Amino acid sequence: MIRLEKRPQPSRAFSWAAPLLAVLATFFFGGLLFAALGKDPVQSILTIFWQPLFGEFSFFYRPQLLIKGAPLVLIAIGLSLGFRAGIWNIGAEGQYIMGALFGAGFGLAFYPADSALIFPGMVLAGAFGGWIWAMIPAILKVRFGTNEILVSLMLVYVAEQFLASMSLGLMKNPEGFGFPGSRNLQQYPSAHNAELIAGSGMHWGVVAAMIAVIFAYVLLTRHRLGFAVRVTGEAPRAAKFSGVNPGRLVLFCLGTSGMLAGLAGLFEVSGPAGQVTIDFNTGYGFTAIIVAFLGRLHPIGIVLAGLLMALTYIGGDIAQSQLGLPAAAIQVFQGMLLFFLLAFDLFTNYRLRTGRTEAA
Amino acid sequence: MKLTTLLASAAVALGLGAAAYADGHEKTKVGFVYVGPIGDGGWTYEHDKGRLAVEEAHGDKVETVYVENVAEGPDAERVMTQMALDGADLIFTTSFGYMDATINVAQKFPDVKFEHATGYKRADNVSTYSARFYEGRAIQGHIAGKMTKTNTIGYIASFPIPEVIRGINSAYIHASRVNPDVEFKIIWVYTWFDPAKEADAAKALIEQGADVVLQHTDSTAPQAAAQEAGNVITFGQASDMGQYAPFPRVSSIIDDWAPYYIARTAAVMDGTWESTDTWDGIGAGMVGIGEISDAVPADVKEEALALKAALADGSYHAFTGPLNKQDGSPFLAEGETADDGTLAGMNFYVEGITGEIPN
Amino acid sequence: MDLSAINPILLIAALMSAATPILLAATGELIVEKAGVLNLGVEGMMITGAICGFAIAVETGSPTTGFVAAAVGGALLSLLFVLLTQVTLANQVASGLALTLFGLGLSSLLGQGYVGIKPPRMGDVNFGPLADIPVVGPILFSHDPVLYVGVLLVAIVWAVLRYTRVGLVLRAVGENHDAAHALGYKVVRIRTLAIMFGGALAGLGGAYISLIRVPQWTEGMTAGVGWIALALVVFASWKPWRVLLGAYLFGGITQLQLNLQGAGVAIPVEYLAMSPYLITIVVLVILSADKSAAPGSLGRPFHASG
Repeated sequence: MIRLEKRPQPSRAFSWAAPLLAVLATFFFGGLLFAALGKDPVQSILTIFWQPLFGEFSFFYRPQLLIKGAPLVLIAIGLSLGFRAGIWNIGAEGQYIMGALFGAGFGLAFYPADSALIFPGMVLAGAFGGWIWAMIPAILKVRFGTNEILVSLMLVYVAEQFLASMSLGLMKNPEGFGFPGSRNLQQYPSAHNAELIAGSGMHWGVVAAMIAVIFAYVLLTRHRLGFAVRVTGEAPRAAKFSGVNPGRLVLFCLGTSGMLAGLAGLFEVSGPAGQVTIDFNTGYGFTAIIVAFLGRLHPIGIVLAGLLMALTYIGGDIAQSQLGLPAAAIQVFQGMLLFFLLAFDLFTNYRLRTGRTEAA
Repeated sequence: MKLTTLLASAAVALGLGAAAYADGHEKTKVGFVYVGPIGDGGWTYEHDKGRLAVEEAHGDKVETVYVENVAEGPDAERVMTQMALDGADLIFTTSFGYMDATINVAQKFPDVKFEHATGYKRADNVSTYSARFYEGRAIQGHIAGKMTKTNTIGYIASFPIPEVIRGINSAYIHASRVNPDVEFKIIWVYTWFDPAKEADAAKALIEQGADVVLQHTDSTAPQAAAQEAGNVITFGQASDMGQYAPFPRVSSIIDDWAPYYIARTAAVMDGTWESTDTWDGIGAGMVGIGEISDAVPADVKEEALALKAALADGSYHAFTGPLNKQDGSPFLAEGETADDGTLAGMNFYVEGITGEIPN
Repeated sequence: MDLSAINPILLIAALMSAATPILLAATGELIVEKAGVLNLGVEGMMITGAICGFAIAVETGSPTTGFVAAAVGGALLSLLFVLLTQVTLANQVASGLALTLFGLGLSSLLGQGYVGIKPPRMGDVNFGPLADIPVVGPILFSHDPVLYVGVLLVAIVWAVLRYTRVGLVLRAVGENHDAAHALGYKVVRIRTLAIMFGGALAGLGGAYISLIRVPQWTEGMTAGVGWIALALVVFASWKPWRVLLGAYLFGGITQLQLNLQGAGVAIPVEYLAMSPYLITIVVLVILSADKSAAPGSLGRPFHASG
């Protein structure tokens, strides 16, 4: 009879070993899946994990990791604050869209003016857009006790409709022959979030993600507010005694996560994506929820998890094109990776004991 | 400018690869970037049929690769770059939203040829291609106008963009020409793909008296709704949807990219590829008209086939005056035909259609 | 504009059918959440049910067998969620999202040979002369059997939760799993069964889309319905009849939106398409006066020795 026993302290060794074990298990079962589809399993897995990092064209893929990972990390950092405190913002996707719309809207309003102030203005507008969208569930929760999971999720669909309306209407490129989509901000230097060093993948969004990681780390370990966040999540009653104002905490957590999601949207629309289009949002807001948990809601963990997700996306696309694997197989493979990462985390907090048990 | 240098040298290496091919040693590699899954049964499905046709036609002289579900924006740019790095000679990018990404990547790989579907930006190594689906709409409109008994035709539209508006106008012009009492009810569903919503829209139109349902979305949901209603006719969209023939599906517009893809691949092989702007219709085979079923009266079928022949050989243009815009202002004078620029950016209804285009 | 073109009787009949997938999935999720588990993988289980049901219906020629297969498929997929959250005690929110990702991929793999095929049709229940009663007939007696099963399930779930011991135990486990455990209830076993029930119903909901509403198989065809079902459970403050009300309200607003467009009402479409979501939020605010609704242990992991 095997049973689980809670460790007195989370195991340090296992907090490192568990992800590695999970990746190995994914290689094994993923390999089986690829073999079942008639592909060489070793080659498939090397294509996904090795090629982008160390393959012939890694000079191109490594910067892409930053481009793909930065928005995930930026959003996930914000979400992790709330998740730690038991405040569930599921609607980062909507805040991401609103950030992009506010930010791009600010920039497009000044087209074609040339000023060094335009881009900073867009950054502020983008942060505001995400913040205000997250304040709707925050205020409803504080004022009426409305469930924030639901409100933030509903607002994603509302934001998507705004996005469609904007790219077909107000923000439509006047020189675009009637086609949907805004002007390309990449071709408007004052509003372009260009790479800081060409070919490095580093744009302002990557810098913002790094700052957010450091900010979150310091906040959680050194600051009173971070203490309030942790205590509220772990022991809500104790939090009340220690003078935490739950309402203010809701406003802070939802506001911050909304702001960061809005910034991610702004940096994306003004940089890698370039324009507001109907399909501008690609699910970063939802993927970031997974990233936050994979990173165990810890800033450093989130960086690693974000890069790992980015790697599977980039490697997955390479595997599709080079090996003819269907996109669905890549999706299943990603799902497996997440399952194993989540499941093996068990051993960080518990250990297996064999032997007779009293009715457990 | 490290990356640019590296990409340039990679491109040189690829140039060598292409030279090697000239000796007959290497296959021509053709990449396809898809916006949806190949199992969507519509837009991407038909492009992938084109890809398979290329393999079929050129056999082991060609190698095709594809990536599906590629989001517009940086993901598309990355996938195109990756295909070029992997030695693709020709890359088809099959969504309007890939336009700027295609141009960006094409600049970095001057020796790789790009073909962008439905866009308007070209370069020395970027061609554009699109299909004159409105020609097929004309035939649908004709059949619909003749066959409707309630004089109410339902139209499920996706997004208010020129492509869709052009289709509505073309269908309306030809329906009202044979049946001046015809009325169009248009529902905008704001999605290319949401079968459940398409089904709802079709049912709403049928309940409001439409006995013909035209669709500019890709699922068969409206066909099934029509079948259930019993006395409503439909037309296949994107693919033939032959499983609903002979009734309710009486004909269809088929996206047939195969001839174009085969020809362009051949042009790369023999070195005759040039940047062009292709907008082909029924004549060139890019727009296929699915078999008109026996549910259509013989005389109507004959007229429809005559119309198809006239559109195919160019003796008739689907937008031929006299036509007014919805507000009554003149659009085309007697005998005048619309130029491609006007058609490409069409953002108004023709006279007779009620309702407004959203926005 | 011609509002008289809208037939309210047909509108109601249509919204009942449109609401059924959400209704089924939400009823299942309600049981899951009543047991104290939050499974965000509804979308993944629905689409898996959609393809399982479709494939089996096509292979056997029987839509009924298809629906059974859909329920089994959804329940089997939910076992993965059980493994993660009940055995390895992984976080439920993340596990649910991963389940959706996995289910979407799996369904596309399974469905590769089924694009462009027409499934066998399930006929409407024959109520004989009842269907000819004006107004009531078209609304109540002109639907397929699964729609009635959906409504029946709501009634059963309501009765079981309210009047039976099973319901009592389920609620006890959801309210406070430590206390329930102390009373000798098998928390993990009860939750496992609840999750599988939720999976089965989500599967049925998915198959309703692929076999009755649309009917065809295409990748990603559930198009976000699973998320709406999740929202609906909260909207209904975990009460079965409110799930029914909410599903019909939601389906109704969507139907009305499309019908108004067809009738030529000049409305900004995007803003009308937003309306179901905005109205949900408004209703939610009104309903949030009812604070007692959420199960106490919702989303928290349970370990017997912990």
